[in-house]
Amino acid sequence: MIGYSLEKEYQGMIDAYEKAGGDKRVLETKDVAKLVVHENKVLDSDDIKGLKIETKETKSGVSVKLTVEEGAKIARPVHLCFGLLPKEGKQEIEMKVEAKDSSEVSVIAHCIFPNAVKVVHKMDADIEIGAGARFEYKETHYHGESGGIEVIPKAKVRVAKGGVWQSTFTLSQGMVGRLDYDSEVVCLEKAIAELTVKVYGRGTDDIKIWEKIYLNGAGARGMAKSRVVLGDKARAEVRGETYGNAPYARGHVDCMELVNGTEAVATAIPIVSVTNDKAKVTHEAAIGSIDRKQVETLMARGLDEDKAVDVIVKGILK
Amino acid sequence: MLDVAKLELTLNGKPIIKDFSLHVDRGEIHGILGENGTGKTTIANLIMGTNNYQPTAGRMTFEGRDITKLSVSQRAQKGITLAWQEPARVEGLTVRDYLSLSSHNGQADQTEQYLLTVGLEPAQYMDRDIDATLSGGERKRIELASVLAMRPKLAILDEPDSGIDIVAMPLLLNGIIEMNKQGSSVLLITHSERVTGIAHRVSILCAGTIIRTGPAAESSQWFKNNCLTCPHINEPTH
Repeated sequence: MIGYSLEKEYQGMIDAYEKAGGDKRVLETKDVAKLVVHENKVLDSDDIKGLKIETKETKSGVSVKLTVEEGAKIARPVHLCFGLLPKEGKQEIEMKVEAKDSSEVSVIAHCIFPNAVKVVHKMDADIEIGAGARFEYKETHYHGESGGIEVIPKAKVRVAKGGVWQSTFTLSQGMVGRLDYDSEVVCLEKAIAELTVKVYGRGTDDIKIWEKIYLNGAGARGMAKSRVVLGDKARAEVRGETYGNAPYARGHVDCMELVNGTEAVATAIPIVSVTNDKAKVTHEAAIGSIDRKQVETLMARGLDEDKAVDVIVKGILK
Repeated sequence: MLDVAKLELTLNGKPIIKDFSLHVDRGEIHGILGENGTGKTTIANLIMGTNNYQPTAGRMTFEGRDITKLSVSQRAQKGITLAWQEPARVEGLTVRDYLSLSSHNGQADQTEQYLLTVGLEPAQYMDRDIDATLSGGERKRIELASVLAMRPKLAILDEPDSGIDIVAMPLLLNGIIEMNKQGSSVLLITHSERVTGIAHRVSILCAGTIIRTGPAAESSQWFKNNCLTCPHINEPTH
């Protein structure tokens, strides 16, 4: 239940959530697990059978523990909404996730900072995926147009035998500001990790992306994928690392950075390493301008050049 | 409808297109038949304005208006479009979105029908990306479907048959005939006299210049008798 004094903040968060592409009806539905956090206040939180969300407000944020019970198959996605509506402030989220053996869940997180002028958003996540469990995590950011925001998401993930971790981080609405994304996954036997990051940088956005996958168990598989589009004077450095440390481990790093204009700077640093003669890790990295033939293909259907570029960028970041 | 007069293109000091003149009537399927390296794709790019090709001399008019210096978009907005010999692949752009954005002159609700016309099952293709997961033949047929969706006044089709297997070929040719029935004129650029069998008139291209224009059957036979056996490819004076 939301107290009267928090109603205004809650409504502001819901409005921003909708602008960020969220469906506010799901936040009003009782059979969906959810969590809404504004600054360091928990505005709404609902568990569901098989999934528990525990929270504790701290001085500058919230500690969250999300537990999925053994064998629980959560039918509808869990919705998380973190944000800060004032122009200035700090939000630090400590997240502990435990998906027990053979559980399955999909989590959709929206991080919304529509008015940020001087805002810091940090997230430290410690995630355990049990044997045979499947965890899908999609995080979408919605920022304002000032660019006065620092986003620092860090995650350490361990995936037990036969478990699956799939994460997608998207920041393509509003200015990025400064992004320092760092995700590290350790996969045990036959575990699977798929990391995807999609970012659209403009203005003077400063983007650092670091994805690491350690394939430590036999037959483990990993994919670190990044798609970055830069315009204006934005800069990005993408490090994709995959380590094949066990027999039949298979990994791939797939990095694409597109630069639109003459002042943006893109750097890609793929690292692939194998310490077992039966492991195999590959990489592909492409940095360049938006393909002229793609643009002309759409122009030949009547789109003007700016619209054609926009369609291509949206496709890459979709 | 389309008049090209004395077009020239020189690249790095080498003449690629020389004294090229062409007239395409409204409602016509006009074939351009030529061997490899005679300048077929260059002509497609010059008329569409793609690949940064600008003629070094000559003039192109479309429906009486000079289009020589117009951008690709401006030409398309006048009703001209191009289906590439090797169409681009765009990650994240679905077949549905591609046909939909092409159909601003046509009818978006007919996008499934356009796929069926080129022999592709909508349920299998609509939500696929037009990326590297499609075969060359599938991508070509989707390209033709997108031209159908656009309902252009003039469709330039560059080697529409390349990469198309023998089973799909009749569907492709029927798609071009359907496009023409919908009201589009077609400039059909190919090296295959089988494909130009559906044209009304055919021009023979050699070394960047038109050396003969006539009824399709007559020109195709002439091409077969003279060009396919010619030891002097790109030497039209022979």
